Order: sequence, then structure tokens, then C-alpha cells
Amino acid sequence: MTNPVQDAYPVNDVRGLFPQLAVPVNGMPLVYLDSAATSLKFGIGLRKELDFASHEMAAVNRGAHTLAAEATEKFDEARATVARFVGARPANIVWTSNATDGINMVANGFRISSLGRTATDGRFRLAEGDEIVVTEAEHHANLIPWQELARATGAVLRVAAVTDGGVLTVDAVRAVVSDRTRVVAFTHVSNVLGIVNPVTEITALAHSVGAIVVLDACQSAPHIPLNLAELGVDFAVFSAHKMYGPTGIGALYGRDEALAEMPPVLFGGSMITYVDYERAEYLPAPAKFEPGTPRLTQAIGWAAALDIMSAIGREAIAAHEEALGSALYDLVEPLPGVRILGAKHGVDRVGLVSVAVDGVHPHDVGQFLDSKGIAVRVGYHCAQPLHRRLGVDSSTRMSVGMHTTLAEIEFAVDVLSGVRRYFGEA
Amino acid sequence: MSLEALYQQIILDHNKRKVGYGLGEGGTPSHQYNPTCGDELNLTVRLDDSKSVITGFEWEGKGCSISQASASLLSQEAAGMTIPEFTEFAEGFREAMRSRGAIALDEEEFGDLAALSGVSKFVARVKCAMLAWVAAEDSLARAQDSLD
Repeated sequence: MTNPVQDAYPVNDVRGLFPQLAVPVNGMPLVYLDSAATSLKFGIGLRKELDFASHEMAAVNRGAHTLAAEATEKFDEARATVARFVGARPANIVWTSNATDGINMVANGFRISSLGRTATDGRFRLAEGDEIVVTEAEHHANLIPWQELARATGAVLRVAAVTDGGVLTVDAVRAVVSDRTRVVAFTHVSNVLGIVNPVTEITALAHSVGAIVVLDACQSAPHIPLNLAELGVDFAVFSAHKMYGPTGIGALYGRDEALAEMPPVLFGGSMITYVDYERAEYLPAPAKFEPGTPRLTQAIGWAAALDIMSAIGREAIAAHEEALGSALYDLVEPLPGVRILGAKHGVDRVGLVSVAVDGVHPHDVGQFLDSKGIAVRVGYHCAQPLHRRLGVDSSTRMSVGMHTTLAEIEFAVDVLSGVRRYFGEA
Repeated sequence: MSLEALYQQIILDHNKRKVGYGLGEGGTPSHQYNPTCGDELNLTVRLDDSKSVITGFEWEGKGCSISQASASLLSQEAAGMTIPEFTEFAEGFREAMRSRGAIALDEEEFGDLAALSGVSKFVARVKCAMLAWVAAEDSLARAQDSLD
């Protein structure tokens, strides 16, 4: 097979940035095809975290001492870096624990605006019979918070169907959107299928009925150059740990109006202008969503990771991964008894392929691959309903990262091709 | 760790030809579910008329080769045991599975189940091997409750 990308893309230099790749697994070189679950970390990013915590640590946004001022400056720079990376301004970025946390915050904003004595008028208020739209392709994190919100408020959860090939069409969303739709929550890229959804079209449709759009950008932000302002969504969430950054930190992006309108959902210090024994007044976003001491070292580490990605080049990374993903799909497709979940043609994809192997359980597939040093995800990838919809219990997922090589893809597919014989199915 | 440490031929065979597969009517079936992988198992323990001897196990389910082989081997090796014998047997099996490779299942006592010894080195797979056993203990407990 020819190698269309790797001559231009410095994959060997990129691989040198990841200390984990130097650690063998089961005596074999690690072939890490589980980036969609969590990515490997840059050695430089980890050292930046350690340096900051070792020499520059101080409480931010308070205190007059030199260290505090310098730490605050670095922390603000980190927010600006994350914002730039997704086409936003710093004021549009709220720190969260991870993407799940961000979605729950927005859902809780609706809950607080809808229930009891904190209910208000406006777009965040849900009444009985209002509708929340999600899709069949959602990760549990973008399904369960909305189910719970619907249960609490009496709103109705409506689910846009995907095709048998896992494709979400604008028409399928249109079929469940009505003038009662208040929220449309959907994923940019399915974590099971790798298919890129038509964000701008769905967003325009949702906005035509006045609904708030919440985008799960977990699987797109690490792989495709992203401009959230251009996409026009009201909210988006993504996680550092899938972007070669630390665990424990993520971001909630919100448009100015959306963040201004959404009520705070967590309460405490650092978010207020005035407090007495009866009540408090809050700072503007993002501060009003960020009570308590923030995730300092994680923010520094995340920004360092994004700086490295930007230096290598977002477009170059995306092109490299797209070529690998395409090769992965094409190599797996002809294997007998191996079914790929999700269509290839007529859709954009990231470098991710999930398969069901006839007669062999994903745990056994994963164990077989692991014995050759190949790390993949097995199970239902936090998407039980989607697996049921596609007629399988679970699957084996291979997902590429910026460090993946064509040789690794070829090796992994070669090993995969031997799984059914080993388990007596071929 | 080598693949052969986990997948002995006996396991691969029992994954294909499952002893005890197929649930009859009645009994006290126990449903067990592993939420990390979605594996499911329904198993019922059959007792003799005196309600003191296990005459057999019946089960259905879906899961990996380890969970399927463990249910099959349990059905093969533990049929005919008295309830106290089975209780001790299950405790021994669990202890070996949780030993992280320190305790091998004795072939004299555990027969073909000894092929599952390697599972204990693969911590993520221990719950696969235990699924049928948890179901058997639960089914047995409920069979005994129904005697009261």
C-alpha cells in the first residue's frame, strides 16, 4: 500500500513527544488505538504541569503577592489558548471537570430556571410538554442528563433517528423538531461510528424554532479544526484528556447570550460581586460558573498540549488522521465475518472504526489484540442504545491519534484478521 | 502475558459446546448482568427431591468466551454436589480467581475448571469468570428460601 500522508507529516517526530509509546506492552511495542477513550499525553505537557506546580503555584484571582499575580496571568493565558483552539473568546470558555460535567451544568441551568422558586421566564425555562431533542447516536453523557431533566420538568424527550448506517440526517432531526422544542443536544462526531454530523444545518433548524443547541464536541475537538463561533451552536463541551492533555479538566463553551442567560449552577466563592446574609450577586460569565479554586495545573497542562498541536498544525494532523482512518476502514471492510458499524460513503469521518466480529465477543477480540500490544476499546462505549439500534450488543473500537502510523494500522488489521480462526469461528 | 495463559483449549471448546445450555421451566433462575460489558446470564440450579443435592445447572446467556466457558464448566463439574459441598467449591473457586495468579485451581478437586486458573492473572476478566458462579449462588439461595 502506498503511503499518501506520512512523507509530509513528521509522524516519527510526533511519536517522540509521547513517552508512553516507548513502553512495551506484553513484550510488544504499544500500538495505541484507543485515543477516542483517552489520548496519550505529551511529555512536554506533563513537565509543564510539574514545573508549574513545583515553582509557580499560587491561588489565582486573589492575593496581592507576586506568585499569585503570575499564576493568575498564566491561568488566564491558558483559558485564552483553549478559546483560540476552538474559535472562541476567553469569556466564552468555562472550565469544567470534563465534557460530562459541562452537559450536566447546562441541564442543571434548565432545571434551576424551570423548577420551584428559582423558576424564571426565558429560554431556559421548561414547562410540561416542552420538548428536548437528542439523537440515537448519543453517548450516555449527552442522553441521561436530558432524560433526567425531562423527568424533573415534565418535558418530553424526542430522539432523532439515525439510518442503519448510523447517519444522522437533517431530515431526521426535522422530523422530531417542533415549535415546542427548547433544546437540541447532539454529538459532532459519534464516538462509536466516527461519523461527522451536519452541525450548521441542524443548528440552523434548531434556531428556527428558538431552541438552544448543545454540541458534544468530545470526539471532534481533538481531530478536526474547530470553530465553534462559526458553527453557531449555543453551547459545546469537550475534554482535555482526549486532546493529549490532563484528566480532570474540560470546557463548556457558550455564546455570549447563552452564558448570560443561563443561571449559575454551582455556588461559592470567586463567583460573586456582593454577598450578605440573605443573598448574593454574581460576576458575569465565565466567573459566575466557576466557584471554588480552579483546576490550575490541569489548565496549564491542557494549554501546553494545545500549543503543541497548533505548532504541528491542526490541518496537518487532521489530514494525517483522515488518511489513516480511511485506510483502516478499507482494510477492515473486506475481512470475512467482521462488520463495521457505520457507513463510509457520503459522510465525513474521523479516524475511528468500530467492528462486530461474528461469533467472537469484543472482550475476546480486545484480549487477542492486547496480546500483540494493540490497545483498543471493547464494550458498548457508553452508547448502549446506539448499539441496540444497530443490532449488536457491543463492539470493538479502534481509534487513531496524531501519533498513529499506517504500519500500525496494517499490523492491527492483520492481527484482527486472525481473531475468528483463533476462537474457532473460521 | 501470553494469550495461552488465558485461553486454554478447554476454554475455547466449552465456549463452543456449552454444557448445561438451555433453560427449562420453573426453578429459581438468577439473572446476572455485567454493566461494564453488557454480558448477561440467566442460570438456575436444579435440586433433587430431598432438596439437598444439586442435580444440575441450566443456563442461557451471552458473553465472552471466559464467561461462557465458566458457566459450562461449572455445569459440568458441580452437578451432583450436595449444597455444602458446592458452597465450599464456589468459595475455593472465588479465592483462586481473586488471587492474582497466586492460587492455581487444583485439577484433582476442580477437574476441567482448572483451565480457568490463568484468568486470575487478568484482573479485568475475573468478573467474566465469576458471573455464572454469582448466579449459581443466588439461584441456590433463592431455592433454599423457597423451602421455608
